[in-house]
Amino acid sequence: MAKLYTENPSNSEQLKPREETVNFLLNYSKALKIIPIGTKNFETFIN
Amino acid sequence: MNIKSLSDAQLVKNYISGQEAALSVLINRHQQRLYGFIFSKVYDRDVTEDVFQDTFVKVIKTLKKGNYNEQGKFLPWVMRIAHNLVIDYFRKNNRMPKFKNNGDFDVFSVLSDGAANAEHNIVDQQIANHVRLLLDELPEDQKAVIKMRMYQDMSFKEISENTGVSINTALGRMRYGLINLRKMIEKHNISLTN
Repeated sequence: MAKLYTENPSNSEQLKPREETVNFLLNYSKALKIIPIGTKNFETFIN
Repeated sequence: MNIKSLSDAQLVKNYISGQEAALSVLINRHQQRLYGFIFSKVYDRDVTEDVFQDTFVKVIKTLKKGNYNEQGKFLPWVMRIAHNLVIDYFRKNNRMPKFKNNGDFDVFSVLSDGAANAEHNIVDQQIANHVRLLLDELPEDQKAVIKMRMYQDMSFKEISENTGVSINTALGRMRYGLINLRKMIEKHNISLTN
């Protein structure tokens, strides 16, 4: 019984974003360049 | 020094100065808590995924624009962004109720787009053809009245003028014509419904 109580909940490992989502964010970050011109910021994406 | 052992504040600083790897560490470090936080509010994996992504898109933009005010509270700041996005999601969802197919009940079984599909169109054409064939079996005077009334959309006054009979006679021919059509349909057990 003690073992059961100390077990991690089975879904704790699953509550993570999908790998594609994380990869998308990392690629998005790499591609995004923000160029400030005057008081405005311009977003550009580099493929 | 190992990048993974750096504090959030240092990683944010590194990221702003152009070290992309710092973002990866930040995401990995906080993904489980943030994801769990969003999921505990929306209870939907797909929505959680969307909100999680939108949260970090906002984080990335804010950091790159240099609008982030470091006070040693990176995670609470990210959580607040996620919280606001969750509220936005519920607001939007209240305006546009979403029907989900959860397996027990398929909403599309009772909703249709109203447009006839190809099969319906073919069956409709067949029915129209069968009705024309049946009409040909009627006596000439009854057939003429039904054709003028149904296919040429003429009034009984016009039919009576056209055929040289009284309106009542035209009405009578129409009535007997329809009765005869029904008899033929019943006799030959023809199905004329789509």
